[in-house]
Amino acid sequence: MSIVFDDVSKKYNDYVALNQVSFNIDPNEFVSIVGPSGAGKTTLLRMLLAEDKPTSGKIFLNSIDIHALSNKDIIRRTIGVVFQDFRLLPQKNVYENIAFAMEAAGRTDEEIESDVPHVLDLVDLGNKIWNFPNELSGGEKQRVAIARAIVNQPDIIIADEPTGNLDPVNTYDIVQIFKKINDLGTTVVLTTHNKGVIDSIGRRVITVQNGCIVRDDLTGKYIL
Amino acid sequence: MEKTPFKTKLKRVLKAGFFNFWRSSYVSFASIIVMIITLSVIGSVIFLSTILNITMEELRDKVDVNVYFVNTALEEDIISLKTKIEALPEVKLVQYTNREEALENFRLQHENDQITLQALDELGENPLGAALNIKAKEPSQYEGIANFLNEENILSSEGEKIIDKINYFENKEAIDRLSKIIDSAERLSWVISLTLVTISIIMTFNTTRLAIYISREEISVMQLVGASKNYVRGPFVVTGVIVGLFSGLLTIFIFLPICYWLGNTTQDFFIGLNIFDYYLDNFFQILLIIISAGIAIGALSSYLAVRRYLKL
Repeated sequence: MSIVFDDVSKKYNDYVALNQVSFNIDPNEFVSIVGPSGAGKTTLLRMLLAEDKPTSGKIFLNSIDIHALSNKDIIRRTIGVVFQDFRLLPQKNVYENIAFAMEAAGRTDEEIESDVPHVLDLVDLGNKIWNFPNELSGGEKQRVAIARAIVNQPDIIIADEPTGNLDPVNTYDIVQIFKKINDLGTTVVLTTHNKGVIDSIGRRVITVQNGCIVRDDLTGKYIL
Repeated sequence: MEKTPFKTKLKRVLKAGFFNFWRSSYVSFASIIVMIITLSVIGSVIFLSTILNITMEELRDKVDVNVYFVNTALEEDIISLKTKIEALPEVKLVQYTNREEALENFRLQHENDQITLQALDELGENPLGAALNIKAKEPSQYEGIANFLNEENILSSEGEKIIDKINYFENKEAIDRLSKIIDSAERLSWVISLTLVTISIIMTFNTTRLAIYISREEISVMQLVGASKNYVRGPFVVTGVIVGLFSGLLTIFIFLPICYWLGNTTQDFFIGLNIFDYYLDNFFQILLIIISAGIAIGALSSYLAVRRYLKL
């Protein structure tokens, strides 16, 4: 699934969060969006998830203008999302958190029963299936969030600072999971300001500063 | 991807709603307490309006107008007048008491008053005339009926005046005052009931809003993983329904000892109405009203509160 940002700007009153941003992401790419805090990385992802509308410009997913759609659920079901603060549903256990994403996508009970344990094995959490989020470590929570994001086999995974709350060991593990997901054919768009993460991914890096793209290269290096 | 059957969706929403209720036990407990207060207010309004209605009905029944006839008035003339009065739209009931019955009633009323009875015997004839007892639908309508009787030139078939006295004009002031009291009491009870019910419903709505405010992050996450608005909203509405159902059942059982305790007091105070008997006689009706109110308030408040956070 291709992503196109076409001259996208976003203003919050007088504050310009994004200023005429344009770029393309091809299917199966792994793109890291980097920049300091407040650069506009999260705004960019929020608009890709149709959480927020651009003030001007358009965003296309496979040539579909996502903000022109009245029903955004359909688009969201083709995107897996991972947040820095995990955002698991606290009243649901690990199984139910992942099953919820499948239920939302209209999957059958049989599919849910077979796919949830499988995807938990992929993130190495098969033994925590009935635990609640408050019984998991930060790294485990993020693995559950990744499992939830990939369970519907989305075309795109969007990860907003997914390692921001993790220690170096868990950070490394999570990055490896994302690389594995990308190797299986899923487009990954990840924001971070962790230089180590970018260096270990070593793929395309888009650098955002003050709401503008200041660098877009394939060196896989975090340069500010 | 095939479409999930409605039955499966419903099963999932019901299950999620029940889990919400069970797992957020503190929030559910707080919601139940507030909902019980609201339903108790609604229940109290039902009981109080019943007490008021029955009391007012009793008071209305105590008001009447009597038309006394001269001793020479013929029964057929009185019956003909009775038919005319019954045809008036404001008249509820007209009762005829003939001279013999009037005498009988007088004797019964004075059975312990030997001097009066002796005096009556010494007269040797029945001094009492026949009478018509008229009850109107509303106390305010007596004046119209009395005026009708006064204005109509009511004469016997021989052309003689047959009405001796109409007691409305003697009791006019008392009837007017009672009529005003009844009207004011009914109006006041409506205003008080409506105010109390509105305040308590607003209170429940706010508690539900707070309970759902806690879950606002969850709501946005649910939407971001692709759940439709109805699929996000459903479990919260189900939780609201469960809260309403539980609160309704608890409220109805809280009323049991209260009504039992108040039963005798209300019987002595409000013209024979025992509130405990009323509670038992109308148990299923009250149960239905309270539970329906609980479910409706719970579902509606949750629906509206979730809607606020379904902005994505």
